[in-house]
Amino acid sequence: MLVIHRECCGYCGACVSVCPEGALELIDAFLSVDDCCVSCGVCTKACPLGALEVTDEEPV
Amino acid sequence: MKNRYDVLIIGGGPGGAVAAGDLAEKGHSVCLVEKRPAIGAPVRCAEGIGKEVLAQFIEPDDRWISAEIQGACLVAPDGTTMSIEREMAGSKVGYILDRKIFDRELVWQAASKGAEVHVKTRATAPLLEDGTVKGATLESCGEVRDVRADVVIAADGVESKFSRWCGVDTAVPLRELMSCAQYLLTDIEIDPAMTVFYLGNKVAPEGYAWVFPKGDRTANVGIGISSRRSRDGNRARDYLDRFVADHFPDGKTIEYIVGGVSVCRPLSCTVSDGLMIVGDAARVSDPITGGGIFNAMHTGRLAAGIASGCISAGDCSGTALMPYDQAWRHSKFGKNLERNYRIKEYFITLSDDKLNAIVHSISRMNLKDFSVFALVKELLKRNPRLLLELKGLRDSLSIPD
Ligand SMILES: Cc1cc2nc3c(=O)[nH]c(=O)nc-3n(C[C@H](O)[C@H](O)[C@H](O)COP(=O)(O)OP(=O)(O)OC[C@H]3O[C@@H](n4cnc5c(N)ncnc54)[C@H](O)[C@@H]3O)c2cc1C
Repeated sequence: MLVIHRECCGYCGACVSVCPEGALELIDAFLSVDDCCVSCGVCTKACPLGALEVTDEEPV
Repeated sequence: MKNRYDVLIIGGGPGGAVAAGDLAEKGHSVCLVEKRPAIGAPVRCAEGIGKEVLAQFIEPDDRWISAEIQGACLVAPDGTTMSIEREMAGSKVGYILDRKIFDRELVWQAASKGAEVHVKTRATAPLLEDGTVKGATLESCGEVRDVRADVVIAADGVESKFSRWCGVDTAVPLRELMSCAQYLLTDIEIDPAMTVFYLGNKVAPEGYAWVFPKGDRTANVGIGISSRRSRDGNRARDYLDRFVADHFPDGKTIEYIVGGVSVCRPLSCTVSDGLMIVGDAARVSDPITGGGIFNAMHTGRLAAGIASGCISAGDCSGTALMPYDQAWRHSKFGKNLERNYRIKEYFITLSDDKLNAIVHSISRMNLKDFSVFALVKELLKRNPRLLLELKGLRDSLSIPD
């Protein structure tokens, strides 16, 4: 699943623009992930800061 | 806020603000919504713009000009530098803006012409009826309302979510999204009238590093790399930290900026029934430089002009709005975007050795024009072998034999 390291996130929206599923949205300084996220990891590369990570954990 | 306007504009950046001002001036009822609590902040920009293009929109004002630029300097991977300086007499070359103030000024001007402005107000969904965009659902501090409009202008920047919700695929290919980081550094040795661009695969793979002066001893120092080259330990921010350690080890960071810039081709269509897409949302930033302030204002203005006519004529279908798409795409502006896209596609394939060779040969030229285009054109004239490698580029540059 996609994990957002909020302490790192610069809420710039780079990730939002590359998400193939349209799953990410920036609501002011808060990045939200929609259920349609497929954990493809594309966004993790666009992030200038490394605030996004795909892990093996299952969503709770 | 009313329940109906002639035009609803999503996003309070330069694209949305110019569109709002133009439409309000023509007497239309306009509502501009910006999801952030403040126009212009946080800044996501290196703030460079050409004097001539800016003059089309607004009189220069010291309140939002941080520095006046008289020349540019290109630094090759091996450190060779070449400068392009404008004869002082000319009115050309550029400014480094203070976008916190500049963006506000544009929105203020729109408001003074009669546009309604609402900050901390986010479009959360389009109102769609039979595929036609009829307005948007807006959310502000927990309050939700539907606002209808004859035309919705999506000026929502690089995120470009609104058009996506309307069914337009605005996703940027990963490799064509420049992942950027920038510090506003002070107490550094710089030439306050020169922008400096650093090339090279070690400095910024498929991108460049920049130093844009913001006054004496202060500059936007940033870097953009292709997202496909970004990985842990080698992200935009890591490249920037290394660059700053090399060049400005004693600089003090007073602002920390991150962002994405698209360098892809523009959207294949920028209108649909009831919808127009402008600026970064339409992917019209320059593929070589990543610059998009002027591009946003320009498309915002074109969209406003067409929207006004369509609203008055009572037909805001995609077909009726299409002249907007045609106007930017088939003009010099659109053709330049396509040409610069092809040049960019070539440049990102170059090794550092080749980049060095190119800068060496440019530094021997006597360039009179400042633009990237003039530079490339001159380069190709002198390096016919380069031209061969560029295949289709020759025609698009229309260089006489
Ligand atoms: C690091 C970096 C450096 C750059 N340097 C330069 C440069 O030197 N020169 C240059 O010309 N360009 C530069 N650019 C590009 C430039 O910043 C953009 O092209 C320009 O801001 C585009 O203007 P716009 O109006 O299209 O979008 P923006 O200025 O991005 O404005 C869009 C607005 O829409 C708002 N919004 C988004 N979604 C919603 C919603 N759902 N509801 C309401 N509001 C919404 C956003 O909050 C934002 O304020 C740079 C970009 C970056 C990231």
